Amino acid sequence: MEYYTPESFNKASEIATNAQGITRFLAGGTDVLVQLRTDMISPDILIDIKNIPGAKEIECLADGSWRIGAAVTGAEMSEHSELKAQWPGLVEAMDLIGSTQIQGRATLVGNLCNGSPAADSVPAMMAANASVLVVGPNGTRELSVQDMPVSPGKTSLSKGEVISAVLIPARGNNGGDAYLRFIPRTEMDIAVVGCGVNLRTDGEIITEARLCLGAVTPTIQVVSEVTKLLVGNKLDQTILDAVAKAASAASKPITDKRGTIEYRIEVAGVLAKRATKIAYDRARGLK
Amino acid sequence: MNKIHVSTTVNGDDTEFLCDPRETLLDCLRDKLNLTGAKEGCGTGDCGACSVTLDDRLVCSCLVLGAEAEGKKIQTVEGIANGDQLHPLQKKFIEYAALQCGICTPGILVATKSLLEKNPNPTETEVRYWLAGNLCRCTGYDKIIRAIMDTAADMREAH
Repeated sequence: MEYYTPESFNKASEIATNAQGITRFLAGGTDVLVQLRTDMISPDILIDIKNIPGAKEIECLADGSWRIGAAVTGAEMSEHSELKAQWPGLVEAMDLIGSTQIQGRATLVGNLCNGSPAADSVPAMMAANASVLVVGPNGTRELSVQDMPVSPGKTSLSKGEVISAVLIPARGNNGGDAYLRFIPRTEMDIAVVGCGVNLRTDGEIITEARLCLGAVTPTIQVVSEVTKLLVGNKLDQTILDAVAKAASAASKPITDKRGTIEYRIEVAGVLAKRATKIAYDRARGLK
Repeated sequence: MNKIHVSTTVNGDDTEFLCDPRETLLDCLRDKLNLTGAKEGCGTGDCGACSVTLDDRLVCSCLVLGAEAEGKKIQTVEGIANGDQLHPLQKKFIEYAALQCGICTPGILVATKSLLEKNPNPTETEVRYWLAGNLCRCTGYDKIIRAIMDTAADMREAH
């Protein structure tokens, strides 16, 4: 295996484009090094992007949007009080991944590129309508997080493409987000169901809403039915029950050691309700 | 295979080693620098027995490549005591018998020291969450937590 530490994302992309054999990018390594050590993959080329200028920066841009470098860790996001105040759901989703030790290394981009249907930060990013900056052999493009997952473990990135940063839209007024995850224990487990919600209100009326479910579909996706239910309405019990029903209906889970199909469908509805309520309260400045 | 030359700082000392690109920081610490305090439990970042700090950030050294240590500052359990003078945490772990087989202890000491530097007055809940990634299969954690709470109180008084 060859180990590279390129000084730019263009260089990283160039190495990957010209590489023969299995290539992996290394940021926090909490997935890649586990796969390497358990012989799930045996990379010929490993490209460490952490030393690239900007890769470890969290930046609030002039229009209020955020640029989170590809090597920014969960711990660094949690310690950023302004980011946390504006996007608490996103930061909490990232913070739920693994232990303190894992938080010191794990990244949003790694979580996204690993392609797990149960990734915690991805429903939150998708609900926030986040996108990523993709540097490739043909230049740089912006790709919506929504268009990243293709199937479990697979993303829409092609050979030679590398993500340099995550872009989070400006929070704007009266917006709030939330992420809830259910696991059978309090820490250190993989989601049975995850649910990210992001919405905006005008008074009591919801004007924008996105709800995303994790661990209940082969790829994490927006439940568009919930957007239709919420937009134009106040959040009352009838609407919440309809949101729960829509989330359950959108769930197409599998049975595994963490939960059965029936259980996951039920929990998806419960989390959808609770996360929507938290995001609604946050949007209206109540939490 | 080409070896990578790594220059780093371990427990305050400038150090160099040669490693294979696939070798982890844990293997480099143990096999090349003879710092065998960090242990390999799971090797996949679940158990925390290999905890060290990398530029003051708590990490599992089994999930860091040796090559990534270039130019970094590493602290291991070997650097916690000041010569023969044990760190208050180490003394308290002995006093409380907060260990049995001892495999998890170096990782727990490193992790706890890192917590107390960040938060000298943690609640028991905060300690338990901070140490969620440090598994102990002997003690049931209770003595560990009590030793830590007591050390934190002592250290606050000493300041």
